[in-house]
Amino acid sequence: MSAPTANSYLIDGVELPVFDNRVAFANTLIELARTDERIVAVCNDSVGSSNLGGFREEFPDRLINVGIAEQNMVGVGAGLANAGMIPFVCAAGPFLSGRATEQVKADVAYSYFPVILCAMSPGMAYGELGPTHHSVEDLSWMRALPNLDIVMPADELQTQQAVRWAVDAGRPVYLRVGRHKVPNLVADGTPFTRGAFVEMTSGNDVTIIAAGSMVSRAIAAVSILKQQGVSARVLNATFIAPLDVEAIKKAAKETRGIVTVEEANVAGGLGAAVASVLGTLEGASRVPLRIVGTDDWSPTLSTDALYTHFGLTAENIAQQVNEVLARD
Amino acid sequence: MTVLAANPVDVAAWGELRSQLNTADSNRKAELLANQARLARRQIIQMIDGAGQGHIGGDFSVIDVMTTLFSAVLNIDPANPTMDNRDRFILSKGHCSAALYTTLAFNGFFDRAELSTFMAPYSALNGHPNRNKVPGVETNTGPLGHGLPVGVGTAIAAKLKKTGARTFVILGDGEMQEGSNWEALMSAAHFKLDNLTAIVDRNRLQQGARTEDTNGLDPLDEKLAAFGLEVREIDGHDFVALLKALEPSTTGKPVAIIANTKKGKGVSFIEDRVEWHHKVPSKDQVVQALEELS
Repeated sequence: MSAPTANSYLIDGVELPVFDNRVAFANTLIELARTDERIVAVCNDSVGSSNLGGFREEFPDRLINVGIAEQNMVGVGAGLANAGMIPFVCAAGPFLSGRATEQVKADVAYSYFPVILCAMSPGMAYGELGPTHHSVEDLSWMRALPNLDIVMPADELQTQQAVRWAVDAGRPVYLRVGRHKVPNLVADGTPFTRGAFVEMTSGNDVTIIAAGSMVSRAIAAVSILKQQGVSARVLNATFIAPLDVEAIKKAAKETRGIVTVEEANVAGGLGAAVASVLGTLEGASRVPLRIVGTDDWSPTLSTDALYTHFGLTAENIAQQVNEVLARD
Repeated sequence: MTVLAANPVDVAAWGELRSQLNTADSNRKAELLANQARLARRQIIQMIDGAGQGHIGGDFSVIDVMTTLFSAVLNIDPANPTMDNRDRFILSKGHCSAALYTTLAFNGFFDRAELSTFMAPYSALNGHPNRNKVPGVETNTGPLGHGLPVGVGTAIAAKLKKTGARTFVILGDGEMQEGSNWEALMSAAHFKLDNLTAIVDRNRLQQGARTEDTNGLDPLDEKLAAFGLEVREIDGHDFVALLKALEPSTTGKPVAIIANTKKGKGVSFIEDRVEWHHKVPSKDQVVQALEELS
């Protein structure tokens, strides 16, 4: 069993320490801002929840807090980018992606400004605060916008890499910065490549494609499956857009099924993206697929309990793998 | 797709008019600007006639303001449209793209010949402006309530970079019903953006009816002042008044200009009529309009 606690996550009998990715996010941003005056942070009264206190202390003029006004916040970000700044626009995921959707569409993606939209505490990080404060629709909404890269770092290393990459990307980016603590699993030296999945474990029976907070759970599922004699490949979907179509085709060719896992609604997120590739493949390559995510308003539960409620657990991922293989 | 590039002939004409305006007295300035705006109106009506669609009423209410800005006020270089310290001009009421394209082409940002492609298949000149296709467009507008927040961003950037650049945003009066504009006004005042001028094209009509019969804006001056703006109310077709109103802030506050205008200004049968929001003139009406604008 891989029962998570507040301070650790158990994988293969080992208790791994867990971390809030907002810390790595803020530290990297501050470090880069020291040598790059173009970097500014824009937020909606979220200095605390976006973990920007340190940034404000060091760069008071470059922390632009527009108050509780997300439409203005995203527009201001576009204007700053118009004038050559590199704005990190930070707000809780639900309000950034939901309240300011049209600004993200017209002012950022369609105008093609290099704004980094930072969806803080995405998914169901706000637990008992309920569906209004959960950001599970964002992947569906953001995937519909051409030119918008969607990045979901899985741990501290990838969060640091994502921030560094975004500064130089020169294009619109939607970056999910997790608050719910996760273990560090991506090996030092792993490259961070736009549009590429990261292979976390090799395997030839089945492929699990997981994103962000769900990568550690997919790896925990691998150890369960190993005991059952199943060899699972885990692909870390660091980017959902652009999509790593080649990695999906390769998985379809080399393994007998695919299970996707995301802390998001299944209507249009990672699983839907993978399905859109699989559906175009011919005959034997069109392997069975299971999509694990949310599909309804969440009840009043903690984040961890919500993960269990929606089957976002190592045990359920392993179970889905077995169902996929049984259909093969 | 062709990338639109500056036209040296019109860039030179822009420079020539600018230098004339710099030395002329008020009457002569008004005369020069009125002539430029008259030519722009003639161009716009021909574009809308060619495309079979467009927003003639708003184009005509706002073209005097836009002509004044580009000919006499903005620190720009049409041959170098992305100059770092340029003033920013944002047309928040993006549906008046024909007025914007005409103004940009007349000032040399791209070739006038391109104007005949307005809204034609695959034209760079979409019904709403796209900065990635049209030089001189600062941000993509069309949905209302978007330009002013972006202008707040460019004004903050100018302060941070100490470029001295000013930002001008033109908004429709109906557009002031969008909440995002009031978010932006609040922050413009809070951040003391005295380098920002918001110009409301107060023609008192919106797509379906008069603004005051739809969701009334009056007293707009008091509302803007209460939000912390330095308010200047003028006749938006009076070039001397426009030149004065477009001068920098004197109070350290951002400036809001209420430009009282007539929708469809310049053509008798179009003026101040709600149906001309996006009505297209018949061939006879085009002839009559061009005659009135000759």
